[in-house]
Amino acid sequence: MSAPPLVEAFGLEKRFAIARPWLARLADRGRGRFVHAVAGVDLAVPRGRTLALVGESGCGKSTLARLLVGLLLPSAGRIRFDGRDLDLRLGRRAWAPVRRRIQMIFQDPYASLDPRWRVADILAEPLEAFGLVRSRGERRERVEELLRQVGLSPADGQKYPHEFSGGQRQRISIARALASRPDFLVCDEPTSALDVSVQAQILNLMKQLQEELDLTYLFISHDLAVVSVMADVVGVMYLGRIVELAPSKELFLRPRHPYTRLLLDTVREPGRRGRLPLAGEVPSPIDPPPGCAFHPRCPWASARCRGERPELEPVGEAHAVACHGVEEGRLPDPRGAPVSSPCAAP
Amino acid sequence: MPLLEVEELRIVFDTRKGPLCAVDRASFAIDRGEILGLVGESGAGKSLIATAIIGLLAPPARIAGGTVRLAGRRIDDLDAEAMRRIRGRAIGAIFQDPLGALNPLFTIGRQLEETIRVHRALDRRAARARAVELLRAVGIPDPERRLDAYPHELSGGMRQRVVIALALCADPLLVVADEPTTALDVSVQAQILRLLEQSCRERGAAVLLVTHDLGAIGAIADRVAVLYAGRIVEIGPVAAVVRNPRHPYTRGLLGAIPRIGARPRRLVQIEGTMPRLDAVPTGCAFHPRCPHAVARCRGERPELEPMGEARAVACFRPRGAEGGLG
Repeated sequence: MSAPPLVEAFGLEKRFAIARPWLARLADRGRGRFVHAVAGVDLAVPRGRTLALVGESGCGKSTLARLLVGLLLPSAGRIRFDGRDLDLRLGRRAWAPVRRRIQMIFQDPYASLDPRWRVADILAEPLEAFGLVRSRGERRERVEELLRQVGLSPADGQKYPHEFSGGQRQRISIARALASRPDFLVCDEPTSALDVSVQAQILNLMKQLQEELDLTYLFISHDLAVVSVMADVVGVMYLGRIVELAPSKELFLRPRHPYTRLLLDTVREPGRRGRLPLAGEVPSPIDPPPGCAFHPRCPWASARCRGERPELEPVGEAHAVACHGVEEGRLPDPRGAPVSSPCAAP
Repeated sequence: MPLLEVEELRIVFDTRKGPLCAVDRASFAIDRGEILGLVGESGAGKSLIATAIIGLLAPPARIAGGTVRLAGRRIDDLDAEAMRRIRGRAIGAIFQDPLGALNPLFTIGRQLEETIRVHRALDRRAARARAVELLRAVGIPDPERRLDAYPHELSGGMRQRVVIALALCADPLLVVADEPTTALDVSVQAQILRLLEQSCRERGAAVLLVTHDLGAIGAIADRVAVLYAGRIVEIGPVAAVVRNPRHPYTRGLLGAIPRIGARPRRLVQIEGTMPRLDAVPTGCAFHPRCPHAVARCRGERPELEPMGEARAVACFRPRGAEGGLG
């Protein structure tokens, strides 16, 4: 992983204003209230690899994904693509030079395809928008190639999205994302809406395409097991911040942050009953707890955790954790994900 | 005698082109205090079975054959009023969406008290005390104060706890839980599953846990029934089925689940998708996707046959059988 990263973010932030009743606005003299959906994130996605972001609802992982592809504009921070800073003063146009090279796959394969368009037209739209085909023949050839690449047949181009199952639709979404020959794919929960057997097909396809086309993935998921299969590097998010960042193997073997440990304890796999989970739920991102946002749920929280926010500090090679307890060395040794009993898979 | 006996249950959808069979001769039983997981992918018919048992099947779906018995008494042919009395008292129900299961206009205290008083001759004060007790039992902190909260003031996990409390109000014999954790965050899912298991085991209530998540079943169930295209293809103790699945579909399903620690280059995948209701293949419904299918699988439907201790499988060539797959 010594090659320069393809995508980098520095101090990335996104605030959303909350609409409030006028009386409340008057009471605090018009000072707006904000949700810090993403509150200062630094990350680097290694070229040709997969960086996964995990976290529960409201942790900001989808907002972060949308910031990186330019669907949302950051409130602060910098984004660097292939060694060049995007000029964020230009607004959305900042992405113009790299637009073709960044594409996205969404969670819901029903909402993300226009029901009135034939699949061939859906796939050809990016080709035409970027001026990548010069003739109808070329267009047809490229569409057929895309369909074959994702395991569909060229004849499927004449059908409409409703004629396909959820898994096949997700294949169409992938084909559309690949149309402009991107380098970087942001995948926001691409298999969460799918059944497990179909999920396996899509994950396998994504891995195969990554190898063939040398793609870089930002993979967003709430499912740690899926992440462990897909990711090279994992960032764990909690209330808008990355609380732990580590190579996948390291993270699952030696999770350091208490929240990562909690998430790993909740993993259920057939054949093992899992550990007794920690109590509590993710608090509202509107009023995050002061200090370390995780302290109300953390069994090891100290006075310092309640008052001072921990920064992401390195704890080993390529491994960083935002936790006072880890820094002070007062947390018990991490226990990795328990190894599940061998499955009788063929 | 088992608590719940479902025999040869057949559920069809009436359509303009005639009836479509969605659940085909499903048979299983649940003992008192037992937790049975019913697992299947979307469209397999698992929710239809749960809905039929609690008597809430609505047109165009209807029961077209078979019987459902609760404690020996037939309940599939009861009229709506008789079924309403059983539901809530003998059978508690928990659904996927806790917000939809609670009335947004009433406090949770009022909903609990009302339900308690429908089933038990208690005055308001006693019902309120019982409601507090139930909320405490499902792990809601400060229950006296929470009685006055409206559903929207609670988090998703807390709401599902209230729904579990509602389902347990009348100390039912059976709790039917249809995807009770699907709408929740992962860290909350684990809590709710554990709560469901504990509170039902303490009361001796049996559970039918309907889910697509084999992990959830592995976490709390005693036995599992695997459903494919409206048919039960395998049933048995969870540990045995997971360790040694006999049906090729069960095996594919287990192999497709990503696991931490194992980092295979490819996940096991079952080619193709589950058939639509109007195009269920002849013979074994799984044969077009089955790597081991033979001519007989295409022509003849395999019945659920006992195989090994407390297990049954619907396959002509199950793994571990003589002449089957090694």
